[in-house]
Amino acid sequence: MDKTPKNEPDEPVSEGIPAPDGPANLIDTDYVIGQDNITTNAMGLNLDLHGKVFSISAIIVLLFVVLTLALQDTIAPIYDAIFGFLTGNLAWFFILAANIFVILCIGLIFSPLGKIRIGGADAKPDFTYMGWFSMLFAAGMGIGLMFFGVNEPLTHFGSSFDGGSWAPLAGAEGNAAAAEALAMAATIFHWGLHPWAIYAVVALSLALFSFNKGLPLSMRSVFYPLLGERVWGWPGHVIDILAVFATLFGLATSLGLGATQAAAGLTYLFGAPESDITMILLIIGITMIAIGSIVAGVDKGVQLLSKINIILAAMLLFFVIAVGPTLMIATGFFENLWNYAVHLPALSNPFGREDANFSQGWTAFYWAWWISWSPYVGMFIARVSRGRTVREFLVSVMLVPSTVSVLWMTTFGGTAIDQYVSQGIEAVRDAGVDLQLFIMLEQLPLSQITSFVAIVLVIVFFVTSSDSGSLVIDSITAGGKVDAPTPQRVFWAIIEGAIAIALLLGGGLTALQTMAVSTGFPFTIILLVACYAIIKGLMSEPKAV
Amino acid sequence: MFNNIMVPVDLAHLETLEPALSVVADLAKQYDAHITYVSVTANTPTSVARTPQEYEQKLEAFAQERHKVHGQPVSSKVYSSTDPMANIDTLLEKAIDEVGADLVMMATHLPRHLDIVMPSHGGKVATHTNASVFLIRLAQ
Repeated sequence: MDKTPKNEPDEPVSEGIPAPDGPANLIDTDYVIGQDNITTNAMGLNLDLHGKVFSISAIIVLLFVVLTLALQDTIAPIYDAIFGFLTGNLAWFFILAANIFVILCIGLIFSPLGKIRIGGADAKPDFTYMGWFSMLFAAGMGIGLMFFGVNEPLTHFGSSFDGGSWAPLAGAEGNAAAAEALAMAATIFHWGLHPWAIYAVVALSLALFSFNKGLPLSMRSVFYPLLGERVWGWPGHVIDILAVFATLFGLATSLGLGATQAAAGLTYLFGAPESDITMILLIIGITMIAIGSIVAGVDKGVQLLSKINIILAAMLLFFVIAVGPTLMIATGFFENLWNYAVHLPALSNPFGREDANFSQGWTAFYWAWWISWSPYVGMFIARVSRGRTVREFLVSVMLVPSTVSVLWMTTFGGTAIDQYVSQGIEAVRDAGVDLQLFIMLEQLPLSQITSFVAIVLVIVFFVTSSDSGSLVIDSITAGGKVDAPTPQRVFWAIIEGAIAIALLLGGGLTALQTMAVSTGFPFTIILLVACYAIIKGLMSEPKAV
Repeated sequence: MFNNIMVPVDLAHLETLEPALSVVADLAKQYDAHITYVSVTANTPTSVARTPQEYEQKLEAFAQERHKVHGQPVSSKVYSSTDPMANIDTLLEKAIDEVGADLVMMATHLPRHLDIVMPSHGGKVATHTNASVFLIRLAQ
């Protein structure tokens, strides 16, 4: 096999650096990974950290936690105002950008660039399809599907049927069938192609610039085509610090809020005392399992837990399909795909929307949310995707999970709507978001078992977020190194748990989460740059045979 | 007694390996053994190499350099991994079989409390292989 890189005349490959597996086009840079790192051996612990990114991130994190705890009443409205401004005034920007991501990804699937392989033309995948898919799904949205699978379709159905101002596309007042179609289309819109395209853009750009171009696995590397060597300086530091901020606070606040929701489930099902102690024990438990998982590593920890998760989730899904309204779900799957396709142009229209509450309060909120999660999910997906072709990658990261989302939403949301509309059961609709899933399951046989499985799923989904998130934060704060000493990963997992507990006790979880989601705005700009970088990077790659 | 000595090396921390390497050379000369230098590296770019292939090249160069010092026959083998820190023990065990090593010589740190939760690589490899394992303590 010819291992000589085929160079672009203007982008010479460093002399003496062989390409990855088979032809690829390395970027020529003098930057040595870890050159700005501080290494120390304090108290028997080896540390290897990017001096500026680690210390500034740590200071900012501490500052925000202290500020939020101390000045909660003052600062929460400020966070809310920032986020309100972003979704209110820039909804069009989020919606437009997300459309660009979807179009780019679909375009790449069908273009000849789709043949390019991540890691070089001869690279072999590190994981099986099952292991790979489990990890990207568990990291991507697992937990949200548990809570919003029932809640969101029901909520949209309610607002569409009642003709409220929050209805998607002005709703379908009094028409149950049309309201259901609209509700399912809107839900799938928020959980389908768009979020996965957002993740795919980040993941593909990072994978490409790390595995094929030889740059560190860090957000800043994506900016290389735009900023050149300047990415190793302050512009790069700022991008990486922002990624740490979004990931850490996104994970910590979700962990805190998730513990509240899981505790509500435990109280409802088993009468566990609804106290801070229950929630703190949950957070500690989740963090401990996550630590075990990250010490065991990506293959033996994260992958194993993700597989367990996906198997449990599939069992729950097929159980509900089997004992729930099976025929309705089977036909509903195709109907909902059709509804999604029919309503997609109107739902994704960024301009002149008349359903401002929906497009700003729901869609823009979701897009900011997914985008703020994208550095973490994207970087994790990138790390496990070596050896896949661009086409295989995009089909697996975008089309397959979107299809699973449609099936999941049809099953859980469709069953809940059916219980409400056909059977007149109002309990599901009236319950809080953290209990709706359990009340829906209660209407089906063996609810004690399925509810228990659901609780376990919620907890394990949190573990898989916490462990992969800690790996990502560790690699960013170690200057893109994935082989930094293990105690550093443990440190980040503990910090996540500690922030979650501090905010749970002191208040401010929702406030800080709002701030974390606000990072969706700068990241949207970063993702747009990533789109440019992907095209430029792929164009300079030799095609796989 | 020993025909094939496997020596795990991390090119990023070569300076700490120096004392161990000279012990390896002495023993290899005594038994006229072949030495295989083995590394486990990330498949993402690292401080040593931007591709696993570059790492292979550097390890081979390192092996040849050692050959010049001690004169024993050498070879090198690199394993690249998504998570080298977590998989190093398993990959070294695999390497022992693939290389056919009858002795593993590796540098290790002094015992510490942290070993209870995170055992040293040398200790862990020794409990999982039939080959002899020689752990060389590095001076503090």
